[in-house]
Amino acid sequence: MERNLTHIALFAALIAVLGLVPKIDLAAGVPITAQSLGIMLCGTVLGARRGALAVILFLVLVAAGLPLLSGGRGGLGVFASPSVGFLIGFPVAAFVTGWVMERTTLAPGVAATAAAVIGGIGVLYVFGIIGMSVMLDKTLTEASYLAMAFLPGDAVKVVLAGMITQSLARMRPASLLSRA
Amino acid sequence: MLTLTSPVEIWAHRLPAAAKLGALSVCTVLLFSLTTPATILAALALVVALYASSGAAFATHGARMLRPLWPFVLIVGIWHLWTSDPAGGAVIILRLTAAVGAANFVTMTTRLSDMIAVIETLTRPLAAFGLKPRRFALALALVIRFIPVMADRMGQISEAWSARSPRRPRWRVIVPVTLAALDDADNAAEALRARGGAD
Repeated sequence: MERNLTHIALFAALIAVLGLVPKIDLAAGVPITAQSLGIMLCGTVLGARRGALAVILFLVLVAAGLPLLSGGRGGLGVFASPSVGFLIGFPVAAFVTGWVMERTTLAPGVAATAAAVIGGIGVLYVFGIIGMSVMLDKTLTEASYLAMAFLPGDAVKVVLAGMITQSLARMRPASLLSRA
Repeated sequence: MLTLTSPVEIWAHRLPAAAKLGALSVCTVLLFSLTTPATILAALALVVALYASSGAAFATHGARMLRPLWPFVLIVGIWHLWTSDPAGGAVIILRLTAAVGAANFVTMTTRLSDMIAVIETLTRPLAAFGLKPRRFALALALVIRFIPVMADRMGQISEAWSARSPRRPRWRVIVPVTLAALDDADNAAEALRARGGAD
């Protein structure tokens, strides 16, 4: 019980730290933040239920007024901004990523990449696109063009999520609670 | 840790957090039901008046909090000029600014502890589904405590990398940071159990 609780809390902190650190430029010269990578890792490492709870815990602290989203954003205002769909989609994305990870028997690296594509891009973008379409009063097609701006960065993060999960599995096989 | 609460104390700091959150919910719903430019402009004027009533320092801080919106304002602006519907674009931009401005106002005038107290009250019914209030409070405290610890550690790991390699560490710091987070979680769990558990 205590292990569940501390893992959820520590991964919520990890999402925050990955977004707080300014310009941890992941790939050469592209200043993307690692925050959504943190969401994917919650799913691939902690599994569906714990991963989603970690993301919810993180969002509660953002709503309470801590500037934990990338770029130092936070507070209630971000839930009234056009990116609200992505925020609502974060816990669902982590859940689906974890669910796929738990269900497949593929090697951890491959499974994590596939799970992150399905959860961290597929599911997340559905929420994000609906959010932008509502907040900016655009059709779903128009909103999905806007969402394409985030796709290259997220494609990089999916690959990284796979490689990081693979490294964790190799260094400490017991650490992948999604496979426990 | 730094919060978004404004250090400039104004009248709204003294209102109860639950009342502010309730009012914000009602106002946001109302705002999104408005469709004519005139009514939305009036709503935005009200939000601006809220900030203006709070002094220059507070208002400047509030304006700075709106900065993350500019990419959306730019995109919507260009889009609606392109489709020659400037009125439609203005409605969207003004409504967005008013909604985010009002929400930021509540965040800026409510202390983190008050906000968390409201959240704990709201989540109390979830106890029936196994979310014990004490466990939730403990988890929140753990996150707040461990964010600076982890941020420091990430800094140290990057510096250690830079001392060994002329190249930038990039994503490679994330593996050791995640491993350290997993270790911290195990240690914290043991410490909790030694002190009587999480319940």
